[in-house]
Amino acid sequence: MASIAKIARRSFLIGSAAIIGGVAFGAYYVSRPAPNPLKPGDGEAALNPFVLIDQNGVTLFAPRAEMGQGVKTSWAALIAEELDAELDQVRVLHGPAAKAYYNSAFMADALPGKGYDTSNFKHSIGEALGHFGKVLSLHGTGGSTSMKDGFKRMRLAGASARETLKQAAAERLGLSRSQFSTAKGAVITPDGTAIPYADLAIEAAKLEPVEAVLRPRTEWRLIGKSQPRIDMVEKATGTAEFGIDVRLKGMKFASLRMNPRQGGGMKSYDATAASAMPGVEKVIDMGAGVAVVASNTWLAMRAVEAIEVEWEDAPYPRETHQIFARIAKAFEEDPNSVMRDDGDAGQLPSGATELKADYQVPYLAHATMEPMNATALLERDKLTVWCGNQMPTFTQSKCAAEAGLDGEQVDIRTTYLGGGFGRRVEFDYAVLATRVAKEMPGVPVQLTWSREEDMRHDMYRPGAMARMRGAVKDGQAVLLDGKVAAASPTHQAMQRLAGFTPSGPDKVQVEGFFNPPYAIPNFRMAGHLSDIEIPVGFWRSVGNSFNGFFVESFIDEMAHAAGTDPMAFRLDLARREWAPAAGVLEAVKAMSGWTGSTPEGTGRGVAMCYSFGTPVAEVIEVVEEDGTIRIAKAWIACDMGQAIDPAIVKAQMFSGMAYGLSAACFGEITFADGAAEQGNFPDYDALRMHTMPQTEVQVLETQTHMGGAGEPGTPPAAPALANALFDLTGRRARQLPLMHEFDLLV
Amino acid sequence: MSTTLRINGKRHQVELPGEVPLLWVLRDEVGLTGTKFGCGVAACGACTVHIDGEAVRSCQVALSDVWGDVTTIEGLGTPQAMAAIQKAWVDHQVAQCGYCQSGQIMQAASLLAENPAPSDAEIDEAMQGNLCRCGTYPRIRAAIHAAAKALQEA
Ligand code: FES
Ligand code: FES
Repeated sequence: MASIAKIARRSFLIGSAAIIGGVAFGAYYVSRPAPNPLKPGDGEAALNPFVLIDQNGVTLFAPRAEMGQGVKTSWAALIAEELDAELDQVRVLHGPAAKAYYNSAFMADALPGKGYDTSNFKHSIGEALGHFGKVLSLHGTGGSTSMKDGFKRMRLAGASARETLKQAAAERLGLSRSQFSTAKGAVITPDGTAIPYADLAIEAAKLEPVEAVLRPRTEWRLIGKSQPRIDMVEKATGTAEFGIDVRLKGMKFASLRMNPRQGGGMKSYDATAASAMPGVEKVIDMGAGVAVVASNTWLAMRAVEAIEVEWEDAPYPRETHQIFARIAKAFEEDPNSVMRDDGDAGQLPSGATELKADYQVPYLAHATMEPMNATALLERDKLTVWCGNQMPTFTQSKCAAEAGLDGEQVDIRTTYLGGGFGRRVEFDYAVLATRVAKEMPGVPVQLTWSREEDMRHDMYRPGAMARMRGAVKDGQAVLLDGKVAAASPTHQAMQRLAGFTPSGPDKVQVEGFFNPPYAIPNFRMAGHLSDIEIPVGFWRSVGNSFNGFFVESFIDEMAHAAGTDPMAFRLDLARREWAPAAGVLEAVKAMSGWTGSTPEGTGRGVAMCYSFGTPVAEVIEVVEEDGTIRIAKAWIACDMGQAIDPAIVKAQMFSGMAYGLSAACFGEITFADGAAEQGNFPDYDALRMHTMPQTEVQVLETQTHMGGAGEPGTPPAAPALANALFDLTGRRARQLPLMHEFDLLV
Repeated sequence: MSTTLRINGKRHQVELPGEVPLLWVLRDEVGLTGTKFGCGVAACGACTVHIDGEAVRSCQVALSDVWGDVTTIEGLGTPQAMAAIQKAWVDHQVAQCGYCQSGQIMQAASLLAENPAPSDAEIDEAMQGNLCRCGTYPRIRAAIHAAAKALQEA
């Protein structure tokens, strides 16, 4: 992405006085426009914050973190759909951190309500609320929001740009705009001549952006069809630039060691030996840790290991069992939320059979394939930070604060992300790189975490516990009464970001707990927040990642207690509540040829979770081979309404399931003496080529509202597997990871 | 200490202690960043390169122990002139975040060099050291089969 630097030099930095007729279309549909961050240079037209045209052609801006979900391609396709540009002829860049790139879907998800029951009216309130995303400069990627966010806005940006280009052609030829059409990156004149957009840039730049209406679905060329991914060739040739690949003239390499008892400080350190090691240039006191700047990352990593440090204690209990005892205390406090309370869950319906079970899941690391890193260069009154991140404007303001600069003095260059999964919503890596850069003015420094450092300094998926109570009667569920206890990622993230704790019910903590689309007459779900200070954050699907396991495992227990086939049991509950939820169950039932019985040595389990607007059902099949259990097959069905790019959606569903299965089988962060015990893949493994099930995915599109794709594949994975293991062995897993109780193939 | 390496057909003279792993010589000294750091302990395969055609974990090979010619992902093919296996990777839209893919491709390339038509079980065997946190395995498998076919037909 050297091109970002080039564009930035050429255009972003040119002051407004130097602009020759810049125009912008598109984002102006949201009341007043946020300032266009694209400052076009001579001969360029920034038709809006998303479309820049110059002599070389069309550049589209997809200011969303490309972390494997294909957003660069899908986002560009939305613009290109209306702009009549060909995806293989445009350049697509991420662009700078900017208010204009706010995410309009983040806020809509914060509305109270179950989600699937959203009326059209509330849906439009959600859209209106989304505009606050702009006020808050919520430039970011997460919560499976990108397509919901961009679907309308980006098509409008493309349509407005197209009409303005037609207007420019009309004025040049003294005709009216309606006499022109567009195709393949050119305006077509009435006599059939094609004027490439690039030729019209200067004239278009002088015009007011023209508003345009969106084309009907029947005219779509790109949306709904799978496009070749724009990043594929780079990623197959080692030329895609990740944060860790940034190379600058005179650059130094650094690594760090922060207190493994997170939140604790540093009493003292002795770097005498480290300072004398080869390649070492500087040892830096990082506050709660140390960093070494060297000529080579490995030399820096080795030297930082050689520093003798005395750490302070952690602000939380030292051992795992004490930690969970502390979390369990939250059950004794009033709940933070009771977001579902239907019927009377206090009373056991007469003649019903009651069952109870407790569940527990561990802390989890994100373990992105690319360890945390960032590169920073502090020059006089100017800081540049290169990194893969999911929240550019937040990263910008945090780095500015660290460097004692204003936000505008900080340039955030967002690269490809070697995995995000929610880890790169945080900004610790960028701030710590800035801290190092402050000690090395004028010298670009890349700060890289060792895998161990990365795994031991995560904002983990919180460890969580549930106490479930249910009742069945006549083969059906008549009562579900659950309590979940865990620390709140939202509260902690808001503390890290803004220094305050939001009040009111924490919906994210109980996502997937209070709103399973099941019709159960007596249904009460409470969320208890633990204030335990182990750092927690957003781990792919967040609250749904544990709540999905709790609810869908317990529903399975209820089905067995009711003597009903678990698939039929769920179908009955879903049909009476929300058709799309039943639809995905029907689909996996048909795909897997579910009969309700499995041959000796084979087990099957099903789970259905609704998250980020999308119901997903998964059936997992396990087989026992020579005493070892292998996950042999999986079937996934999702219904997200309009799928922008079906191949990408399928890949995301599989990927989400793989991430969930990996954690369910092998994932746990445990603590000893206040520090995470796991540090690297040998003790935090994931599914691999030979342990991955053969999988079939079906994408349904019956919903009217658009759902997300990046996360909803994850929540049903763990319960579907645990339910399959129950079917195979008769043993019910109420704790994860499953490797402790089952002899899984590794 | 000065060491001479042959990387992608070119000679490089590097001044680094002999114990520095090849991975970090490639990335930080020679500037070939296509080879990735994932774990540093031979557990992920992101750093896979070839030495004399054999797939090795470059995080585990000390500079002073490099015994032959080194080939990295950049040496396999370029965006303008991709190797057959890279083409198969693009055709099958394998990558997600893409971070593990250089290692996956280098591992698969050495598998195909030894075994022009690997079975699924042989692919499992050869590829299980290469982790992909995004879960691109089914497409990796499909791309290996396709590349095998393309190479046989070529
Ligand atoms: S970095 Fe070498 S195997 Fe992971
Ligand atoms: S594509 Fe992301 S780790 Fe493999």
